[in-house]
Amino acid sequence: MIYREAGDFKTSYAADNQTFPIRGDRIAYYMVLAFAFLVMPFVINDYWANAIVLPFLIYAIAALGLNILIGYCGQLSLGSGAFMAVGAYATFKLTTAFPGLSIVFVVLLAGLVTAGVGVLFGLPSLRIKGFYLAVATLAAQFFLIWLFTQQPWFYNNSPTGMISMPTREFLGMPVTGPRASAVNMYLLCLVFVVALAWLARNLTRGTLGRRWMAIRDMDIAAEIIGVNPMMAKLSAFAVSSFFIGVAGALFFAVYLGAAEASEAFGIEKSFIILFMVIIGGLGSILGSFIGAFFLIVGPVLLKLLLVDQLGWSTDLAAHLEIMIIGALILLFLITEPHGITALWRTIKEKLRLWPFPH
Amino acid sequence: MRMTRMAAVVAATMVAAGPALADSLHFPMLNYRTGPFAPNGIAFADGYQDYLTLLNERDGGIGGVPIRFTECETAYNTERGVECYQSIRGDNPLIIQPLSTGITYQIIPRATQDGIPVHSMGYGRTSAVNGEVFNWVFNYPATYWDGASVIINHLLAENDGSLAGKKIALVYHNSAYGREPIPTLNRLSEELGFEFLALGVDSPGQEQRSQWLQIRRERPDYVLMWGWGVMNPTAIQEAANIRFPMNNFYGVWWSGSEQDVMPVGDGAHGYRSLAMHGTGTDYPIYADIQNYVIEPGLYAGTGDEVGTVLYSRGLYAAMLATEAARTAQEIHGTPNITAAMMRDGMASLEMTEERMAALGLPGFGPEFSVSCQNHGGSGAAMIQEWDANTGTWNLITDWIDSDREMIMEMVMEDSLAYAAENDIEPQCLERSGG
Repeated sequence: MIYREAGDFKTSYAADNQTFPIRGDRIAYYMVLAFAFLVMPFVINDYWANAIVLPFLIYAIAALGLNILIGYCGQLSLGSGAFMAVGAYATFKLTTAFPGLSIVFVVLLAGLVTAGVGVLFGLPSLRIKGFYLAVATLAAQFFLIWLFTQQPWFYNNSPTGMISMPTREFLGMPVTGPRASAVNMYLLCLVFVVALAWLARNLTRGTLGRRWMAIRDMDIAAEIIGVNPMMAKLSAFAVSSFFIGVAGALFFAVYLGAAEASEAFGIEKSFIILFMVIIGGLGSILGSFIGAFFLIVGPVLLKLLLVDQLGWSTDLAAHLEIMIIGALILLFLITEPHGITALWRTIKEKLRLWPFPH
Repeated sequence: MRMTRMAAVVAATMVAAGPALADSLHFPMLNYRTGPFAPNGIAFADGYQDYLTLLNERDGGIGGVPIRFTECETAYNTERGVECYQSIRGDNPLIIQPLSTGITYQIIPRATQDGIPVHSMGYGRTSAVNGEVFNWVFNYPATYWDGASVIINHLLAENDGSLAGKKIALVYHNSAYGREPIPTLNRLSEELGFEFLALGVDSPGQEQRSQWLQIRRERPDYVLMWGWGVMNPTAIQEAANIRFPMNNFYGVWWSGSEQDVMPVGDGAHGYRSLAMHGTGTDYPIYADIQNYVIEPGLYAGTGDEVGTVLYSRGLYAAMLATEAARTAQEIHGTPNITAAMMRDGMASLEMTEERMAALGLPGFGPEFSVSCQNHGGSGAAMIQEWDANTGTWNLITDWIDSDREMIMEMVMEDSLAYAAENDIEPQCLERSGG
């Protein structure tokens, strides 16, 4: 009744091709943005910012990045954890070497460094595909983590191999380190998330995204119609790694504050980001957010519900949490193999026809 | 959409259930009863909680104020640790004991900013010994660098004062925790002329075939171990498999509990480890624990860890924390102390033999006193040996001192570098006014 395109006439190609062609969607999108920028900063408390919202935003960036690679370009990667580590260590090295450099530039530069490393480890994708490529990126995961734990240069010779983020300010307000307020950290991450999601959406529906999708759907056919597979694959690796690098930089600098490569960026990071992409929906921007929400916010909400609300013991709750999240993953994958976004798409179709189902 | 509504409901109730009860002393516990480190985490958590329960049941808390304890599950995971810290910091915690070196590193700057004292007992950042830089962080009674030095001093005594030409290997958990002793051992190897070999094992540590193959090839005279969780029994099993003499295999205090040697059976006989406190139920306090905690069924967990090494360690951590609270109450003349007063109590804590005997724990831990210049206690430790036939840990030495002069030199180096990085002016913190 409310949610439909009847009466929403498009008079130009641009209007017809916009990201949210239905007015209801558009309004919802602007309302979410307004809520995130104008309401959240005033109501968010430290616990919600630090324990729930920050990791959600940061993992959403990482999931967006991996979704570009897997969902849009069809190149399987298990190296996301290591690429996040590259972003984190690049941030650490840059900000300790150039303390005066603005943290925003440091994060962007860390993303660029990661993009370079990503292209390097994306080279095998020109020759190998599918599971074999996954194994090659797995090598990146182990090699990079080994590098960051064994070479003292990367952690400035600290005796334990831990890297710690000093306090850095942006526009006169601390955004990293212990003095940073929750709101500042939240806003910094939010700006990155919105900008990168906007970038991802527009890249994927432009020429570059169409090339990626052509390669994903059938690389030989794509080559025949004139898509250069090398450029397409390597650009996907570069853009994807840039996103993941920025996520790693924020993860270390804003969220954790101190990190150690094998503990914070191990193989399980690669898997959890992969699961986000698969559960949220391959080849979908919204899916990356849903996947991150499901796997990062879900466990915390379950803990709040079981321990703080119902008063169950923490170990029982922790075990139940693993079981419930696991069961939900299975349930979603069985009922909706294309991810939760596919479910959302079906609901949208139903809503548009409501109340006449046929 | 339903999820967001649920989240909103949870959020609303969270806010409503905000402020904590007054007139209680909040001792939060960051435990891990799940994950690959659970076998060790459970025993520690049980001991810690049982001691607090004992004080509540027997004495009505500390100085007449009941103790309130809360539990947060970290699974030894730093991200969970951040979440836990955020969830307790608004709830007037008196002391944070993260029980993980990685989480400790993360919490140090935040807790310093929030004014909550951190006690990392025998773990965490060693250079926190320098209380002028780390005002809010304590790691008494001993640090990892002390531990490494104590083992080497013990080996020196066994080898008539010279380790020249010997080869010593370190098998370590490849994390911040495991890497802590490496600078000390490097330095000692230069000074004493032994060859030092560091072999990292990736977390959680079930896969260490190649490290032990290398040990078999290199034939070190002694192997030291900085392990935790499933890594410990695996390493002891591997050592038994290559028939490495167990008497020459030394673990740190986190690698010497029943959970580590029991799975290996007879092969673990003679394995040695550091001990920072006594073990077993032969202390008078256990009569009270039996009466007030175990018989009424108030024990934590399943109650089958009582008297084990890590249970004793939890007990010891709780005892040091509550003694600091008692000291703080005396200093400030009020039973209702704040986190800042608790810090004063920790900074002037004095553990004497009389005090430990009065608590029912005679000779349990080292005697030490805390000062602004030394947050690290005495640094002394004992060596214990596992007897697989009787299933007991036996102490084979008295307290062995560490090379504190050298360690303090390294502590100053590291802590001043930290101070410079973070713009800290090293100085002692004044006692809080309240």
